[in-house]
Amino acid sequence: MQKSVFRKTIEIIIFTVFIFFLFAPLLSLVIWSVALRWYWPHTLPQEIGFDYWLQALGITKSLTLGAVNVVPAFLLSLGIAIIVVIITMAIAIPAGYSLAKLKIPALLKGIILILFLLPRAFPQLPVFLNLMLMFNKIGLTGTVFGVILVHLVVGLVFAVWITASTFSSIPPELEEAARSVGATRLKAFFKVTLPISTPGLVASAVFVFLTSMDEFTGTFFVGLPFVTTLPMTLYTASGSNIQFASVIAILLLIPSILFMIVIQKFLKAEHLGGMGG
Amino acid sequence: MAILKVNNLSKSFGNVKAVQGVNFEAAEGEVLSLLGPSGCGKTTTLRCIAGFENPDVGEIHLDNRKITTIPPEKRGIGMVFQNYALWPHMTVYGNLAFGLQIRKVPKDEITKKIKKVLGMVQLEGYENRYPRQMSGGQQQRIAMARALVFEPEIMLLDEPLSNLDAQLREEMRFEFTELQRKLGITAIYVTHDQAEALVISDKIVILDQGKIVQSGSPKEIYSSPKNKFVAGFIAVTSFIDGRIDSFTEEKKKVIVKTDDGLVIHGFNNSFDIGKKVSVAMRMNVIKFIQDENKSDKNTVNIFKGKIIQSSYLGNIIDYKIKVGNWEVRTKSDAKYNFKVGEEVTFYLSPEDIIVTREE
Repeated sequence: MQKSVFRKTIEIIIFTVFIFFLFAPLLSLVIWSVALRWYWPHTLPQEIGFDYWLQALGITKSLTLGAVNVVPAFLLSLGIAIIVVIITMAIAIPAGYSLAKLKIPALLKGIILILFLLPRAFPQLPVFLNLMLMFNKIGLTGTVFGVILVHLVVGLVFAVWITASTFSSIPPELEEAARSVGATRLKAFFKVTLPISTPGLVASAVFVFLTSMDEFTGTFFVGLPFVTTLPMTLYTASGSNIQFASVIAILLLIPSILFMIVIQKFLKAEHLGGMGG
Repeated sequence: MAILKVNNLSKSFGNVKAVQGVNFEAAEGEVLSLLGPSGCGKTTTLRCIAGFENPDVGEIHLDNRKITTIPPEKRGIGMVFQNYALWPHMTVYGNLAFGLQIRKVPKDEITKKIKKVLGMVQLEGYENRYPRQMSGGQQQRIAMARALVFEPEIMLLDEPLSNLDAQLREEMRFEFTELQRKLGITAIYVTHDQAEALVISDKIVILDQGKIVQSGSPKEIYSSPKNKFVAGFIAVTSFIDGRIDSFTEEKKKVIVKTDDGLVIHGFNNSFDIGKKVSVAMRMNVIKFIQDENKSDKNTVNIFKGKIIQSSYLGNIIDYKIKVGNWEVRTKSDAKYNFKVGEEVTFYLSPEDIIVTREE
């Protein structure tokens, strides 16, 4: 009895510390987002209110507050992210499958994977600066399409690597077994390999989505000033207006948290089920 | 049910010649085992039959149908994999129904067929289990059921019992044999376990380094292995190499002399005098003679040796004996309790000695 109380106490302490480190920085954002007046040496804001929130969400339009409606930027970011996820997965699934399952010479496979990695292998600023110069010539700067292309470059790196490793972790016998009972290669893929790889593919898609939502450097060079995604508004606000920046930061967090919940659902044990033996 | 013919099959992976000119034929309703050590080409041969590998040379016929280049899904061959390869995201029902759904079998008939096949593998009522909710043995049976449920003409098994523990493996051998006999299905069975091959097969094909070394009935292979490799694979534990010296008058027995002067009489008259041979002995050949003065009718094949190792196994003792330059192993009744280093006299019955090619 004594022991279990002691144990419980320790567990609660560890849990509290864990929660503190995880949520304290987020809590500070939440407090800042509602702080109207907060001067040193006060621990908490002297005056709180949802003024910045209402302004950011476009419900009020005050010219004195130093915050603008970010809903269009949010929707633009969301839209770009969704399109990027769809295109990336449409490329990454066949590419990852081919790399994992087809008889490609090891050297060629290595080269292809390295090629996908290459855009991330160099410092991002010069890469995107150069990209901007190229996009300038063909008129892609300042267009949503250009920004989507930039996000694809970033997203494909993760997506191809994750899907390739997901597919290669599936024993080839599972697909062979499907073919031996009469399934074509395509049917074996859709009925056996794809459902079993769902967790890996979802994880990959989530990664791409979050990368796109967060992407800054490439969008900065290619998109501005005409394509203003949410991270761009955050950048503009962060220098001058901590309250407004906090509101945007929290808005940026919402999709991540929603996606974590989705992942939870897909990463259930039965989808990962053992192969036996 | 079908006849499978494999003609001159060869397959290389890069520089590795996995299978080289393999020929065999499995008759209708027969169990043919491909037996050999790992890397001998038995699995590659099976995968060529299944259609997962394209042979470089050679043909495969199922009855009168040439299937060499047909994709696996059109061959109508059931296959049981070593790791069972059950689909983890489907229930037993889903696993078994898949092949039938592809064949557009009506739903109520699928249910009926699954019920029947589950009865055959003694797992009635397991339809809604997931593979991970079953033991290794049960998964193995489901894998077998999946290969049988769409009523293929022939069934391929790739070391299906090697992941099970020893006791279950022995049980499953009999179950497999019973099921196969009942269905009369032709089966090609890959294994590295000679005991398994002997029990379940009508015909055994022994492979080494991609080539067939010997094929025949289990009895033929067991009693007259063609060379030292086959003998070593079929439960022979001791070899003494020598040359054919002469034959006995009746020409029935052959006399083998070794370089260090041992003279051994055995059966096998298919060799020429002077030919290098190997005398192969199983664990049960050596008979100890305790009282040398007691007159024995045997005058040949009596040897003296020294015990160099002894392992107590309960009712039997496993001895290693040094005879001349050779070491032989035997299992003996625990009543002979020799110590390491002790001199022993023993007799080898010529009937139990196999004289085989040395290489």
